[in-house]
Amino acid sequence: MTEMTSPEAASAARSTGTPLVKRGLAEMLKGGVIMDVVTPEQAKIAEDAGAVSVMALERVPSDIRRDGGVARMTDPEAIRSIQAAVSIPVMAKARIGHFAEAQVLAALGVDYIDESEVLTPADEAHHIDKWAFAVPFVCGATNLGEALRRISEGACMIRSKGEAGTGNVVEAVRHLRSIVGDVKKIAGADPVELFDWAKRLQAPLPLVQEIAAAAALPVPLFCAGGIATPADASLVMQLGAQSVFVGSGIFKSEAPARMAAAIVEAVANYRDPEIVLKVSTGLGPAMKGLEMAALDTKLAERGW
Amino acid sequence: MVAPTVGVLALQGAFAAHAAIFERLGARAVEVRTPGELAAADALVIPGGESTTISMLLERSGLLEPVRDRLRGGLPVLGTCAGMILLASEVLDGRPDQHCFGVVDIGVRRNAYGTQVDSFEASIAVEGLGAPFPAVFIRAPAVEQVGPGVEVLAVADAGPVLCRSGAATAAAFHPELSGDDRLHARFLSEL
Repeated sequence: MTEMTSPEAASAARSTGTPLVKRGLAEMLKGGVIMDVVTPEQAKIAEDAGAVSVMALERVPSDIRRDGGVARMTDPEAIRSIQAAVSIPVMAKARIGHFAEAQVLAALGVDYIDESEVLTPADEAHHIDKWAFAVPFVCGATNLGEALRRISEGACMIRSKGEAGTGNVVEAVRHLRSIVGDVKKIAGADPVELFDWAKRLQAPLPLVQEIAAAAALPVPLFCAGGIATPADASLVMQLGAQSVFVGSGIFKSEAPARMAAAIVEAVANYRDPEIVLKVSTGLGPAMKGLEMAALDTKLAERGW
Repeated sequence: MVAPTVGVLALQGAFAAHAAIFERLGARAVEVRTPGELAAADALVIPGGESTTISMLLERSGLLEPVRDRLRGGLPVLGTCAGMILLASEVLDGRPDQHCFGVVDIGVRRNAYGTQVDSFEASIAVEGLGAPFPAVFIRAPAVEQVGPGVEVLAVADAGPVLCRSGAATAAAFHPELSGDDRLHARFLSEL
């Protein structure tokens, strides 16, 4: 074998942080599972189970919900220890509008930033200007208008908000059906109707026209919020999600390593009930769930 | 001539983008998740994605040995990014349980350029392709060793980024993302 020089040795004309480069990573995460983790040990369990990425957190959403108080960006030291533990991409969350937290996460070299309603919002009117960053952002949305506003601010991936930390998939299903349903309606709309669509969605017209032309959202659509079982994952994939975020659902279940591997297989084979059946068998109890009517705080209502 | 059937390994990653390009070029693209679906393929694409995840799912789906057998039998294959890692003979910093098929005699290092903020676009010269090719590198692997019998078709920053060995082609970048179909068209024309 011939030894080659390292890629660092010479420098050619490279463009970093371009829209294509930023959206490209979301393409690579398709058909995969992104798992919330709070320790390097959990991150290893997630990687061993086949996660495509981990979200480095201080507390999983169900604990944030239980503990209350202000939820902020995770301690950089904790994120570093998780980055050191795994070779897959590491994401982290910044508060809505808190661009300084995002700057810190970018300096830390995280692979994706989630501007997330799970943390306490820092700005009641403005989301982060995500075009200003070389690192890509994912944002939550409950409907297509919200999704397009986030894309117009530079988000490279949209996820349904669902209702994080509940283990109840009902809100994620509502959000997905709403987004996917409106994309289909716009794809079938007359060009003159697109002006009204943009007005009703409170979204930029060029993005609405882009959807009409492509019959798809301009960036990948993933699902988050309340996924707790392999069948939940199969459900949201069949409804049009292209990947799945699982938060509390793995490490609040009885057998996290088995649950994690089962959800990975269910996402890869979401159309095959025989495989979803096989991987759903013998997992032990999933996380304890919460009814929407019992919630004091709806996280999905955060963001504008 | 009947249009060839290109199987696109669809366990995880950017498989849909490859399938759409082959369909546009007049081939039949089928998603491969089972040994039965592999059997119908005249060629295979191993897409970008997370190589550790794809490796594990190859094992759990029962596809690992069938894919290895077909590749050893000379099945034409195009691997991009994670697919390059899976076609390599050695993963220099892989997980101990990570599989690679060894049909292109190269040693690769995962995420060699750094994290996502170091991902980049670059215009590269590809042997026999004419105008430069717009290449997108996403947390890309680097080829650090090249064995005899491997043709290097493109380099960037002095490192090989497109390698061919017999019927197997491995790219460190993502030709399926940049809207230039020439590499896919060339792969089809050689079937």
